[in-house]
Parts: sequence; C-alpha cells; structure tokens
Amino acid sequence: MLLIRCPWCGEREEREFHYGGDAAVKTPPVEADDRTWAHFLYWRHNPAGPFTERWVHNLGCRRWFIAVRDTTTHQISATWPFGANPEGSG
Amino acid sequence: MTAELNPLPRLAQVSFRITGQSAAAAAAALGLGALPGANRFERGDRLAVLWIGPDELLAVSSVRDAAGIEAALRGAIPPGEGVAVDVSANRVGFELTGAGAREVLTTCCAIDLHPRVFGPGSCVSTLVARAPAIIFQTDERPAYRLLVRPSFAPYVTQWLVDGLAGAGQR
Amino acid sequence: MKRRPDGGAIDRTRPIAFRFDGRLLTAFAGDTLASALLANGIAALGRSVTAGRPRGVMSAGLEEAHAFVQLGIGAESEPLVRATGVEVFDGLSAEGRITKGVLPGVPETARFEKRFAHCDVLVIGGGPAGLSAATTAAAGGARVILAETGSRLGGALLRDQEQMDGHPAAEWIAAAGLALRRQPEVRIMLRTTAMISLDQNGVVLVERVSGHLPATERTGLPDRRLWQVRAREIVLATGALERPLVFPDNDRPGVMLAAAVRTYLHQFALRPDRTVVFTTNDDAYRTALDLVAAGGTVAAVVDVRPGPAGDLPAAARAAGITIIDEAEVTGTEAGPDGVLSGVVISHDGAARMIPCDVLAVSGGWDPAIDLIHQVRAPTRWDDGIGAFVPVPGPGGRQVVGAASGALTLHAAVTSGHAAGVEAARRTGFETVAGPVPAVRLWREEAPRLVTRVPAPDGDESRSFVDLHRDVTVAGVLRATGAGIQSVEHLKRYTLTGTGVEQGRTAKVNAAAVAHTAIGLPPGGTTSSARPPIEPISFGTMAGRATGPRFDPVRTPPAHDAQAAAGAVFETVGQWQRARYFPTPGEALAEAVVRECRAVRTGVGIMDASTLGKIDVQGPDAAEFLERLYMNRVANLKPGRARYAAMAHLDGSLFDDGVIMRLAADRFFVTTSTSHAGPVMDWMEEWLQTEWPGLKVWLTSITEQWTTLAVAGPSARTVLEAAGTDLDLSREAFPFMAVRTGRVGGFDAQVARVSFSGELAFEVSVPGYDGAALWAALVAAGAGQGITPYGLEALSVLRAEKGYLIVGQDTEPDTTASDAGLGWMIKADRDYIGKRALGRRDFQRPDRYQVVGFRADGPVMEGSQLVSDPSGARPIPIAGSVSTSHWSGALGVHFGLARVKGGRARIGETLQAHDGARSVPVVLADPVLYDREGLRRDG
Repeated sequence: MLLIRCPWCGEREEREFHYGGDAAVKTPPVEADDRTWAHFLYWRHNPAGPFTERWVHNLGCRRWFIAVRDTTTHQISATWPFGANPEGSG
Repeated sequence: MTAELNPLPRLAQVSFRITGQSAAAAAAALGLGALPGANRFERGDRLAVLWIGPDELLAVSSVRDAAGIEAALRGAIPPGEGVAVDVSANRVGFELTGAGAREVLTTCCAIDLHPRVFGPGSCVSTLVARAPAIIFQTDERPAYRLLVRPSFAPYVTQWLVDGLAGAGQR
Repeated sequence: MKRRPDGGAIDRTRPIAFRFDGRLLTAFAGDTLASALLANGIAALGRSVTAGRPRGVMSAGLEEAHAFVQLGIGAESEPLVRATGVEVFDGLSAEGRITKGVLPGVPETARFEKRFAHCDVLVIGGGPAGLSAATTAAAGGARVILAETGSRLGGALLRDQEQMDGHPAAEWIAAAGLALRRQPEVRIMLRTTAMISLDQNGVVLVERVSGHLPATERTGLPDRRLWQVRAREIVLATGALERPLVFPDNDRPGVMLAAAVRTYLHQFALRPDRTVVFTTNDDAYRTALDLVAAGGTVAAVVDVRPGPAGDLPAAARAAGITIIDEAEVTGTEAGPDGVLSGVVISHDGAARMIPCDVLAVSGGWDPAIDLIHQVRAPTRWDDGIGAFVPVPGPGGRQVVGAASGALTLHAAVTSGHAAGVEAARRTGFETVAGPVPAVRLWREEAPRLVTRVPAPDGDESRSFVDLHRDVTVAGVLRATGAGIQSVEHLKRYTLTGTGVEQGRTAKVNAAAVAHTAIGLPPGGTTSSARPPIEPISFGTMAGRATGPRFDPVRTPPAHDAQAAAGAVFETVGQWQRARYFPTPGEALAEAVVRECRAVRTGVGIMDASTLGKIDVQGPDAAEFLERLYMNRVANLKPGRARYAAMAHLDGSLFDDGVIMRLAADRFFVTTSTSHAGPVMDWMEEWLQTEWPGLKVWLTSITEQWTTLAVAGPSARTVLEAAGTDLDLSREAFPFMAVRTGRVGGFDAQVARVSFSGELAFEVSVPGYDGAALWAALVAAGAGQGITPYGLEALSVLRAEKGYLIVGQDTEPDTTASDAGLGWMIKADRDYIGKRALGRRDFQRPDRYQVVGFRADGPVMEGSQLVSDPSGARPIPIAGSVSTSHWSGALGVHFGLARVKGGRARIGETLQAHDGARSVPVVLADPVLYDREGLRRDG
C-alpha cells in the first residue's frame, strides 16, 4: 500500500488512486501498420527501477498526473501534474 | 469524549468549473474575495465554496436556492471558460460535532485530522470506509461536515454511528 | 523452575485462577501464560509437529518456537497463540497445541476495531533505545507514537540488571515513561505489536486492548484494535532475538534461551534449581551471575571460546562459577516425561554428564529486523556479531540499538538518543534533548559463530535447526544432498521457516548448515520475511467492516416505494435493483410473464435511476463526444437523443447508452449501471491526457437524477393523468426526443427512449423528488393498471427486441460489428477504437457474432452450442448462450447467443448443451418482436 503525493492534494493513500501505466506510451498515427498498432495496444514495458507512469487521483481531485516510481523499492521520487514539466527540470 | 451526528437539511449545491480567465469573476459572483486554494473552503454570500480540484469547486448553501447560485455563476463565467451545474441532489450532508468527532472519523477515514494539519477551513475529497466523501471542518469544537452520495448515506451512517459507539474508550 | 517467595514483577496479592488442558491452576497477576505454566511445573505443554517429541517454553518473547496454545473456549477461542505473549487473567483457559490450532467455526462475538493514525515519529519498541528515541523526538513537540509489544516499558532492561545514572534502570524507565506521558502529542501504546510494514512509512500495529482482562472487565472494550499508521519518520528499536544452539536433543523441555532464563528470574521470580549455561558469547554470563546472586546453582558455564576474558566472564569467575572453555554441549538427557535431566559436555576430547533442570543456551543475537525486511530493506552479514544487520536505508527510517546490531546498553541509549534528535529535526522540530544516561560500558569479547555442534556419533536426526517445524540438521543435509542451493528452496524443501513464528530462531542456523554443506560461508543470504510478524486473526483484519459496514449497499430514492410494492431485489454491482414484483403466492416465471404482458399491452413502470449519467458541457462538447463514440454526434439536434456505443482502444465494445443533446453545447449522456464509474473515468482520462485543449467539462450527475421509465401503449395516458405541460403527441414529442417540463407537479426532463420496444417515456427529476415522482406516476396510472416491472421482465422485453447488454451478451473482445451494431458506426471520421477495428483479425468471417435463437424447450444461460453433442471428442464449440427466456408475447423459448460466423448461419439448428442435456435451438435474427419498430414509435 503506497502513500502517493498528488500534485494537487498532497499525500494520500493508494486506494484513492488508479494506476494508468507507462507514461511514455504514445498513440501511433492512424496510418501506422497493424504490427505497430498491435504493439501499441498489447505490449507494455515493465522495467526494474525508476519508471515514469501515469496515475489519477480519482477519489480525490480526479486529476491525472505523472509519478516516477522505482518498481523494485516502490519509492516515488517525484510527481507532477499532467502536461507540466517534471519537478526540478524547469 | 462525546460526539454527535446529525443529518443536514437539503443543501443547494452547484458544481462549477473555472479557467484562469473566469476564476476571479466566479469568486466575485459568490461574494468571495478569491476562490479557495487546494484542500480549503471559503465562505461567501450565504454559502460556502469548496475546493474539489484545481479547476473544480462546489458551492454549498443551506439558505440560498441552487438556481440562483447557478444563474450567478453562469452570468460570471464567459462561454468556454467554465460551467456551472446544479447538483443539489447529488450529495446529502451530515454534521459530526463534539470533542470525540475526530476520533470517530479515525475509525473510517485515513486523512490526518490533527489540528496542526487539518482545521477550520480545511476540505478534502476522500473516502469514508469505502464510500467517496467530501469532508470539511467548519469550527474548532471540532465540527465536520460530510457530503456523500445519497445512495452511500446509509452505509456512511452505519460507519459513523458505529464510530460514535466506540469513541471515548481508550 | 520454581517460584521464589519474593521478587519479580508479579503481584502476589492478586492470585489468578486459570485452566490449562482442563486443569485448574493458579498464578499471579503479572504472569504470562508461559511463566504461569513454568510456575506450575508444566515443563512440557505439547508435542511437536512431525517428531511428536515433548516440547516446553524455550523463550520469554517473540523467539518462542514451542509454546503455542489454543486460547479460550468455543467461539472466543483462537489458535496458535504464543504463550509468552499472553497475560493470565481470571478465567483464562488454554490448551497446549503447539503446531495445529483449531478455528472455532462459529462467528466471532468479540469486537475488533480499526483506527487510522498519523504521527511525525513512530518509535517501535519501548526498550532503552526506543525510550531514548521517543524522549528526544518528543522534546521539541513532535507527534510521537511509541509502540511496545509488551505490557510495560523497558525491553531488555526488564531482564538485565543495569544501573542508569547510578540508579537501577527501573527508575529511569519509570521517569522516562512519565515524562513522555506528560507530553500532549505523545501516545504510548502498550501491548501493541508492529505487524506489517508498508511502503512510504506505513505500519500496521495490532493493539491488544482487553484480551488480558477478565471477562467482567472487558465490557464495552474491543478485544483488539488494528492501527494503520503513517509516520513521517520511523525509529525501529525492536531489539535483538537470541539464537538457540544446534546439538543433539537440543529440543527438550528445559532447554531455554539464556536471556529468557533471566527474564523468568527477574520478572516472574522463577528460578531453576540447577542450571548449565552453554554460550558462544559474553552476554549469557549475565544469566549465570544473576542465578547465583539469586541463590541458584550454576553447575557450569560451557563456552565454545578459549579463555573468555571479558568483564562478565571475569565477574563469573570471581563469583566462583565454573567456566568450561573450548567446550560444547553434545547432547542432553531426559527423564521419563521427556523433560531435561542433564547435559553431556564434550571438553578436551572427553565427554561427561552434568545433571541440571535448565540448560540456558545462547548462540548469539539476531537483530529483530523482520519488520523492515518485509519492505525489502537490505541487510548485510556482520562477522563481528555473527548475524545479519540492517544496512542504512532511505531517509525516513532509522534502526537503533540492538536492532541495528549494536548490542550493548550503551549503544542502545546513545543511538536511540541521536535517532530521536534526528527524526525530530527531519520533521521540522528543534529539539532540546537532555543528556544521554550514564551506563556501564561492559568490556565484552567477540562472540564466536557456532551454528551447529556436530553429533559425536554422527546422528544429526535429533539436532533441531527449526524447533517449531521439526527440521533437523539431517533434514537440511538431505536437502543440500538433493541439490538445493538457495535458502528459499531450502525453505520449501524442508519447511524450515514456514511455521507460525516464521522460523525466526531457525533462519540463520538452517542457512548456515546448508551453506557450510555446499562450501559457502555461513552468512550469505537469508530467506525473506513476510508480513505479518505474528498471526493477525480474521476478526482483527475485518475490524468493524462486518454486516452493514462490509460493503456499501446502494439504493436509489424510490427504493422504499418499490419495496412497499413487493419488489424482490437483486444486487447489481453495489446497487439494489428490483428483480420482480410478485403478487402474493406468485412464482418468478409467472410474475415475469405478467409484468411483460403489462408493458406490451398496458403500461409498466421501472426505476432506471442507477444508469450512469454524465453532464457534458462546453463549446467543444460535440467534438469531444464525436471522438469517444462510434456514432455520429455532431449532427444530433438539440432536443434529440441517440442510442450510442463506445469502444475500447482495441476496438472491443466498452459500453452503450443514450446521448441526449440538451443544447448546442450541452449533452446529457447515460451509461449502463455497471459502467457509470468507468465511463466517467474514461472520459476524464482522454480529456485530461490527450485532448486538454478541448473546451469541455464533465460532471457526474448519476445521483442528481431519479429516472423512472413509463413503458407501454398506455404510457402517454399515464403521463397526461399525472399532469404535464408537455405536448406528448407523436408529432410534437417523437421517438428519441427530449423535453423539459412539468410532470406530476415536478420539474422534469422527459426522454422518449425505450429499452422495452414499447412506447416509453423516461421521466427524470432531481433525486430528492424521486420517491414522490414514483408515487405520483403510480397513482396516475392506477386507472391503466400500471404495473411495476423488474430486471427480469426488462431482460425479456429487451431480448425480444434484440437489444443486447454489453458485458452479458458480449465478450471482452466483441466488437460493435460482432454485436450486430455495425449500423451505428460512422465511416467518415476517427473515433477511439477505429484504427484497431481495421486490423485484419476483426475482419474474419468466423468471429463470434451475436445472433438470436428459438427453442422448443427452456435453455440454460451459459449453455455451449455444438453441432453434435455425441460426436467425437473434443467436440468443436460453435458458440454459447448469453440470454435465454420464455417469451409470453410470442409463446416461444428464445434468446441471444454468440456463434462463430453466426450471422451467416441463421436458420441452422445447433444443440445447446448445459453439461447434462441438450436442447435443439434454431439460430435466428435477434429481433423477434415488432421488427419495424411501430410500437416503439407509437
């Protein structure tokens, strides 16, 4: 059970949040071939270590945001609002 | 350490959304100097405005009618700079007061309600047991107001009444 | 062991009567069940799990491997309770059940509570290190929780006779406790065990609130409270656990950990007659010294090391205690009851027997760090103390005192003191800490790591490494002989560490025996620790989330009115919805036929309020919905509604509902009951993460509106009778139109949508008017015989029309085309799922498609459709039945099914096989009733 810092509401228990997966996934263009689309739809990375991922505070402010979580320790090193710049990088 | 739980009479509730362009006008329309910041609420003209999210607020009043609040907001928010929706039936209210109120909430709510962290003017959207709820503190007795979906009200009541029964034993 | 006439922390003025294995025994207030059993001469309290050997109390705390009992009687009884952690009370009853408890099999009657708590600093352990940490952490006003598993503060000081600032340690403990209790922001929690570590400094504590009290004093109190604590800083001061030594017959009752013997002496005034001490370190000499000081006999201290010369061995020599160095205990002897009667000592190549009633053993000390091991805290092997010690981890957590591997009292108070200051500083509190108490720094020599004393005769089948699980050296060697190399495999092969105490005292010895056998150093790795530290009963885990608090039971505003109308409810998600409304004595099937007939020939009323409702507003609202739904949305005119469906990104059907356009920039969208939350979340996700530039705002209004469907040929008459300012005529208010006006005295939104296929009006009013609207419409419809109908009838009515339910009649990979909804898909612009639908797999003609069927007899939902149930196996499956009903209107059994290439097979006969019997079904067009929609358009 994680304690997650919502960029808007502050630290809240994990049960107020939903996980949204890899933040780096980009929707391919409509023209991309079936293989590209299948890869987009069905394949996800699962790295060991720091992972930039999407979360939504759906039982709080309902905002989506980005978190960097180490998948081996569950330490969350940073969170920031969706569409904003990561903390510390301007 | 005793506490008391009372249902609130029907509340006028208007959910409204704002942008940077419409925030000031919306605040003025409701009699506020400024809209509340995160995890806060502010009192305005016979109503309270609760922070729900960075662009989402909830005006609540036990004396004004929702149509009037909605009209005031619609007049203040230019088209495309937000909306106002009457949600008066979307939630019902409870008031939990007394020295034991904080302890009652610790039986079913994970929010830190210590006076150093959460006091009069604080407002959160969170969970009471497994039901979504908005909790805001109105005074230092303490008094908490809870807004929950009507369909969850019996369940939330069960938890709070149970907490009242358990509060005060140490 | 025998009770001494004075001394100890027991209250001899308060005798306690309790039962063990049915025998009525006495003890004193302050006794644990373990000390009470020892005081009553019960050395063996049960037999071990596989070897069946007698076993007795071997520790005074968490290290216990033997003394587990079934505590209590009947409904209140609890299995596998550690006797060293149970305080006796009048009326206590227990049975010795070391390895196999019994679940009572009846509901709990005790009360269990949960609390959430927050603090700046959580100190776990109330010994010298924890008390020091709590004291300095609290000095600046930080919120501090001090959790101590025992019934009093003091930890190791309760067994070790130390001076602090020149006074007995008890005075320092009392003063520190008092000072802490005076601080308003400090909570001292006794009888509270930290069970589970969570990430981000979450800790689950279990507080034993009233279980130590006689039944008459428990009134109004919970048995236990589970605390979910979030701490900004944690100071782990859990001490260290003494490790047993492994030698032949090391499991006999009477073989005890050396420090535990001190605890029984000082806390419970229990003293053996004649003790042998067997040690690898200096600490066990304290036991010898204290026993002699208390008038006991110490036959010898057997030390594996040559010439121990630390302060404590020197003191022992000065006290006249025999020290046999470079020696080992190589066996034990027992009387007819299996209880220790003597030990065999091997020294200088000779063996001799020394009679004794207690053998006090010490194989060294393991820092008690299972709690942070649960959250993958790294450890390293420390050769200095011969144990795993924690590696300083991330901020937010400090390990102090013996738990850190610094085993002296001096280290405990200095590291605790410093950690408290540091924790306060990190949480923003300036702390003016008092001085560190002055304690004696004993000069101690390094321990020697001995994890196994070989058997002189080579038989190691009675040398126990895991006392609880009966795993022996021979068993471990059998495992390594079979090729086991990893401690995790060793655990599963031998079951070491799988006991209720997680093999706490066995881990290091078992791993070392295995590692030595395969040529590795003894440290290396240790098997993982799992939450919880000790068993947490189901009742404690459930807390008050029982009965009406278990799961929300949600009801719409008109629920009570439907109950009064005789509704039988069913649970849909968390909602209660009316299934049918039987008249007295009426069966389900009869009620459904009657309710369907009412809708088809007269008028019915149903509560549709649980459908999800979303207000979509803004200048880009139409564009937003256009991107989400498979249908055209932009050309929908204000005041009109459209049946619509959305797909997942992979093209599969997500949900269906109705889009109503209330104004150019405002839509009222409905979802299915089960998808109300997911669709709202889905919309927000796309709006916020992909299309933040769209000017549109979403508001969940599911509970804002009560929606009642009035359906049937007489629906119009009912609304008119209820009173309305709306023109209900077909021309003014056609099918799929939406109007606002007054109905039955309420402001309402009325939509002409129909899921039954009949003329229908869905009337929506604010939830607070919902019950009154139901009453008004039922009253207005009395003349028309208005009939409440439930989900069963609705399912018949909608299936007769071929309307499917997403999730019931579809599989997770069913597309709109598969479902027969291809007609609604727009071709001229993109929407979510469109690209995926273009993939080749979705074009296959043999995909499962939704079709209807007719049958001569009843067909069970879930039946498999096959061509020939008696054919060669495996029988190819053609499809399955998702909806099956009797149509009263048409006098036929019918339903919906998913069939491979189904639309091309209409007219074909298949067998519906439900596992027992087969029923022939004829595949058909899904629309059975009023194919032209004339009734609906009424």
